[in-house]
Amino acid sequence: MWGNLESFSDFFVTGDPMILGAQVSIALAMIAIVFVLTVFKKWGWLWREWLTTVDHKRVGIMYIIASILMLFRGGVDALLMRLQLAMPDSEFLHAEHYNQIFTTHGVIMILFMAMPLMFGLFNIAVPLQIGARDVAYPFLNALSFWLFFFGAMLFNVSFIIGGSPDAGWLAYPPLSELAHNPGVGQNFYIWGIQISGIGSLATGINFVVTILKMRAPGMKLMKMPMFTWSVLSSCLMILFAFPILTVTMALLFLDRFLGAHFFTLDAGGNPMMYINMIWMWGHPEVYIVVVPAFGIFSEVVATFSRKKLFGYSSMVFAMISIAVMSFFTWAHHFFTMGSGADVNAFFAVSTMIIAIPTGVKIFNWLFTMFRGRIRFTTPMLWTIAFIPCFIVGGMTGVMLAVAPADFQFHNSYFLIAHFHQVLIGGVAFGYFAGLYYWWPKMFGFALNERLGKWAFWFWNIGFYVCFMPQYFLGLDGMTRRLYTYDFDMGWGPLNMISTVGGFLMGVGFLFQVWQIAHSIKFHKRDTTGDFWDGRTLEWSIPSPAPLYNFATDPQVKDVDDWWETKQKLARGEKLPPKPALEPIHMPKNSAIPFIMSIFWFGLGFGLVWDWLWMAIPSFIGVAACMIARSFTYDDDYYIPVDEIKRTEEAAAALKGATT
Amino acid sequence: MAKSVAHHHNEEHGHEHVHHDLDSLKSFGFWIFLMTDVIIFGCLFAVYVVLRNNTAGGPTADELFKMPGVIAETFILLTSSFTSGLAVLAMHAGKRNQLIGWLAVTFLLGAAFITLEVTEFIDMVHEGATIATSGFLSGFFTLVGTHGLHVSIGLVWMIGLMLQLRKRGITKVTKRKVEVLSLYWHFLDVVWIFVLTVVYLMGVM
Repeated sequence: MWGNLESFSDFFVTGDPMILGAQVSIALAMIAIVFVLTVFKKWGWLWREWLTTVDHKRVGIMYIIASILMLFRGGVDALLMRLQLAMPDSEFLHAEHYNQIFTTHGVIMILFMAMPLMFGLFNIAVPLQIGARDVAYPFLNALSFWLFFFGAMLFNVSFIIGGSPDAGWLAYPPLSELAHNPGVGQNFYIWGIQISGIGSLATGINFVVTILKMRAPGMKLMKMPMFTWSVLSSCLMILFAFPILTVTMALLFLDRFLGAHFFTLDAGGNPMMYINMIWMWGHPEVYIVVVPAFGIFSEVVATFSRKKLFGYSSMVFAMISIAVMSFFTWAHHFFTMGSGADVNAFFAVSTMIIAIPTGVKIFNWLFTMFRGRIRFTTPMLWTIAFIPCFIVGGMTGVMLAVAPADFQFHNSYFLIAHFHQVLIGGVAFGYFAGLYYWWPKMFGFALNERLGKWAFWFWNIGFYVCFMPQYFLGLDGMTRRLYTYDFDMGWGPLNMISTVGGFLMGVGFLFQVWQIAHSIKFHKRDTTGDFWDGRTLEWSIPSPAPLYNFATDPQVKDVDDWWETKQKLARGEKLPPKPALEPIHMPKNSAIPFIMSIFWFGLGFGLVWDWLWMAIPSFIGVAACMIARSFTYDDDYYIPVDEIKRTEEAAAALKGATT
Repeated sequence: MAKSVAHHHNEEHGHEHVHHDLDSLKSFGFWIFLMTDVIIFGCLFAVYVVLRNNTAGGPTADELFKMPGVIAETFILLTSSFTSGLAVLAMHAGKRNQLIGWLAVTFLLGAAFITLEVTEFIDMVHEGATIATSGFLSGFFTLVGTHGLHVSIGLVWMIGLMLQLRKRGITKVTKRKVEVLSLYWHFLDVVWIFVLTVVYLMGVM
């Protein structure tokens, strides 16, 4: 029954003291969680309020918590790598362990940190920004989250069970094929990504429909907040890109599981086909994560400059053209493949063209700040820091896009520095800005600004100290994925500086954890619902938003409608009376998403180990959950008017008590 | 939640309208899902076309494909698409038993299609042509098998829907479900036309 297992150590990873330490601390943490939940009798609360919820605001919070945990793990991986590289001829990590760490670092940071943090912010902000009561398919939304969660767990469990994948974050064949990678690590990679990828695709569909069909009356497409536009653009890319990932992972799995010959070196397989396919997903993927960050910057920069966003329609145009162009640049990741000058020329030019709409956006943000009354809050600081960082990252990207020059830069530390600069400087800075910006809306209390500024400066200085030396290391010939180097190469000093920078960013992260803990303890309540003097609809309702979001449907007339409303009130104009309250139609909680995702986990785990006795019943479980859902007709209820009235009055009283 | 949708029509929104709007929302989402499925099939077709001449000393398409069976499969599937259309017509006429009857006919035709396909696959495996034989056969089994898997899922779905129709009759919700299923079924028919052309006809040409 256990098939390929011959001894205990084939299953649990043993023999490495660091991993043993991690195993012990994971076990202790799990015991502690169970203990706390039992002592405080919180199991029922956890089940009713969180595990079975279909409320977009709660789903969003769960996404964000999970992504911060993943940021911690991906960050630890990064620091281990930096420690290993700090000095020449280091023996801190051996080659195999190093391979695993750079693989898991990349996968976790992109797929299990950036994606869920992004989905968390989608969930928190989009329905509130467009004046909707929830997303289009709340049940599917919860399912997306749990698929992501159990996919991420499946991937992470490889660290202590069976061994981590070690073929790089995109798992190029033939290295990722069974012949060269016989362990189960690569199977964990495939199923972790596959299961969470299905969730991502569903989220893409969900938000496209939500944005296209559920906007408040009067909110035309060209009156949508810019973040909502960026989400639409990102989700359209998800719709086109993620099916390609699904197919690619499935084919790699068939190669490994059934001995098919899609990407093998023998019997007519073609490894380069994998590399084309994975980048047809992978290149749009980086735009999928960065475009919502652009949306966040647009919201933040307008709010804290107290000005309308400069060039609204050019911003929309830039976002949509980036979404389209992102599908025509994938081959720039492998100019060295040898597809010929004409192909390389096409992809070089298309890559450079993307810099144009991005440049338009940069100017729009700058002109929005121009002559604005800028408030230097934490979200705004991240936004201001993003601009120069992303410009340098974008310029080095254009350098990489020059195909002949790329033969020199390819797979060197120059490339590593470039993509960390756009992904940290663009995506991470953007999501931090978004997290700080919407935090009061999510939880109803503010984060400590002082600690946030400390975190900001550590992150920023650390970033430049860490990654600027890597450009020069790359030009000096240091290639990526190198686990050690000789003293004679002369790369020691720059690597040491880079490691110091990495740890400064680590200190920045600790400040953020401290900031959150401190702010929970001192709990500065946001009583107004409009903590930053905001411009869009999410700030017109209490913080945290009530279960039903809007007591009555908002009537939208302008871009930045809430700001215009406040201006009218300040001028003493009368607002049209609000319509009478009516019972609100809401979806019921459901346990199916959670249970079904556990079955998906079982299915993945069974296929990882080639245990059909586990995979087949789990598959039947998945099917049974789908059928059970199809037969559920009683999935909604109405919130009575009395309850809405009580909730609204309580929020008004809280507001009145302080103003 | 759905009320903001209902407002676009400026209608009174009782329970019925809420359901109506939720249902149109779900149909729209299903269209988008089908578009993503188009991309999945598009990738599989592309992979097949890249690999189709990589027979690696194994059997070629010309040697392997037996056209009479494939043509029978094609006619069966096309007919099932027609009968699923008749089911929808019966639904619009409000005839529940006729609707269930046509769905049952569609189900039987779909099951016959799958039986023929599985037999074809088993025959090939007995002749020594498996998914592990060559790049060409990996592409073939995966593309055609994915279509077959879709049809099989459709069959399970159809049983579930017939049971729901028997219990609940033709309501707005079941109506939407039948329409979505028939959309899915026609989609699979279209995909099959491409499979027939690109895989079988171009294979034996």
